[in-house]
Amino acid sequence: MKANLKYNAAWLGVMVLGFVVIDACEFLGIINSFIENMLVTIGINIILATGLNLIIGFSGQFSLGHAGFMAIGAYATGIITQTLVTPIGFYLSVVVGIGIAIIAALIVGIPTLRLRGDYLAIATMGAAEIIRILINNLKITNGAAGLFNIPPLVTWATVYVFMCITTIVTVNFIHSRSGRAVMSVREDEIAAESMGINTTRWKLAAFVFGASTAAIGGSLHAAYIQTIAPGDFNIMASIAILIIVVLGGVGSITGTFIAAIVLGTLDTVLQNFGTLRMIIYSLALILIMIFKPSGLLGTWEFSFKPLGSRQRKEQSVHE
Amino acid sequence: MQTIGQQLINGLSLGSIYALLALGYTMVYGIIKLINFAHGDIYMLGAFWGYFVINKLHFNFLFAMLSAMLFCALVGVIIEYFAYRPLRKSPRITALITAIGVSFLLENGMTYFFTANTRNFPQAIQTVTYHLGGIQISNIQLLILGTACLLMLLLELIIKRTKMGKAMRAVSVDPEAAQLVGININHTISFTFALGSAMAGAAGVLIGLYYNSIDPLMGMTPGIKAFVAAVIGGIGSVPGASLGGFLIGLLETAVQAVGLSAYKDAVVYFVLIVILLVLPAGIFGKKTKEKV
Repeated sequence: MKANLKYNAAWLGVMVLGFVVIDACEFLGIINSFIENMLVTIGINIILATGLNLIIGFSGQFSLGHAGFMAIGAYATGIITQTLVTPIGFYLSVVVGIGIAIIAALIVGIPTLRLRGDYLAIATMGAAEIIRILINNLKITNGAAGLFNIPPLVTWATVYVFMCITTIVTVNFIHSRSGRAVMSVREDEIAAESMGINTTRWKLAAFVFGASTAAIGGSLHAAYIQTIAPGDFNIMASIAILIIVVLGGVGSITGTFIAAIVLGTLDTVLQNFGTLRMIIYSLALILIMIFKPSGLLGTWEFSFKPLGSRQRKEQSVHE
Repeated sequence: MQTIGQQLINGLSLGSIYALLALGYTMVYGIIKLINFAHGDIYMLGAFWGYFVINKLHFNFLFAMLSAMLFCALVGVIIEYFAYRPLRKSPRITALITAIGVSFLLENGMTYFFTANTRNFPQAIQTVTYHLGGIQISNIQLLILGTACLLMLLLELIIKRTKMGKAMRAVSVDPEAAQLVGININHTISFTFALGSAMAGAAGVLIGLYYNSIDPLMGMTPGIKAFVAAVIGGIGSVPGASLGGFLIGLLETAVQAVGLSAYKDAVVYFVLIVILLVLPAGIFGKKTKEKV
């Protein structure tokens, strides 16, 4: 704990600095509502993609149903905050969304995580579509029209804080004993099992974890955008999150951050191009898979540790 | 009794479309273990090809369908050559993501060039409805059923009786051993894609004629349902895919008939999950034990 104090302090510094920079830009009027919208979208995408990267990159399970869990969070917020128009209502709805998403992930995950690779992908996609079709036909969710006039209880600061918290929790999970268990399942399921790791339990843990972060992302999306419809959470939405994960690097949280920022900025720049943008994305997806299947950054992570150790090496040379 | 008969006819005609699509999935999966996500979009391309040749070049229906099959076979081979062949040795997930990318590219490419509007498919054949003991059958439904059965029979003959079919079966059992006895794997896989895509092309033109409307995203849901059909029949098995297609078609019409049409897609996905859990090898599939 003490050994990591310096790095943890450095990361805390980065987070606070980021907040101060955005706040200052907001204050000076550099960030207009257009750019703020972009930043919030990037933040929400980082939350969603980090969760999906945990499932795909670290536990090695291929889930195509992320948008389904996002929909659960979004609708929880949409429904609860319409009666409870206070920040407390929002936080309550986030908790409720996470709760329902965890239950749904358990129901989906316990049977389907026995499946391998592409079968799992299809099964999770089917499960997400079932969630979407249910939302599309229920009365409480207002059917295909969706919910609108959701009270705007979220500012960019809320999204920023949530982004930091989910990232810290996810990264800590990855670096803990549990995280190593999850990664061993990715490397070789049979070898992990023979080492005494309960593979089903850790796969499920990663899946449930990812689903609950997706629900948080969905809640923030609903409260910031203020309108949601079942069509926003279709298979295309799952694939959009997948593109961020794959582009950044399957198994690299740093990569997810960079990819979300690059794609978010590109989205805003290319907004006028409409479908051409999607053509570029799909081409990029195919080309990256062919030429660099591990994504742009692979499993590389940015860390303050190499910087620190170089200093220490220099010191030892001087001594 | 009459309504059951009527729904049976509707289900079978819809099912034959799914069966044609499922054959492509099952053959490709059998040979390179890839869920070809783009298969549904090849079916969409077939429908659009039919639309253009009938409208612009005034082909008759038969030529439109044959040319669509040829065109889709070509597209399938091109996709395999550029997108899937470089990934033959990489993990299956990588290939799956590429397939999703190809599907995305075809959908958005078509939307970009031809807009997302729904179009009316030209009525190349005048619809005639026959009444048989209170059951209505249109000549288009008969045409779909007939064509689908004919194509499936043809496919079965190609796979069982020709040299190329033998090569396909050999590669799907063991690619390396097949190579050792002198089979050109690349040609065999290209041929498999061509066959599967031609089936999808035919299905596209037939569905255009049946439903009378086409759009660039029409391939997505039927593609997934056809995959479900292939899984139910036992992926890798040709008769299984045909049977699975008919079963899914019947199931969907049955759900619609009892008044739950809003949930018809959900039921198909639910059946998929149940089948994957209870009978992962499907009806005709072989069970494989994993060896360490």
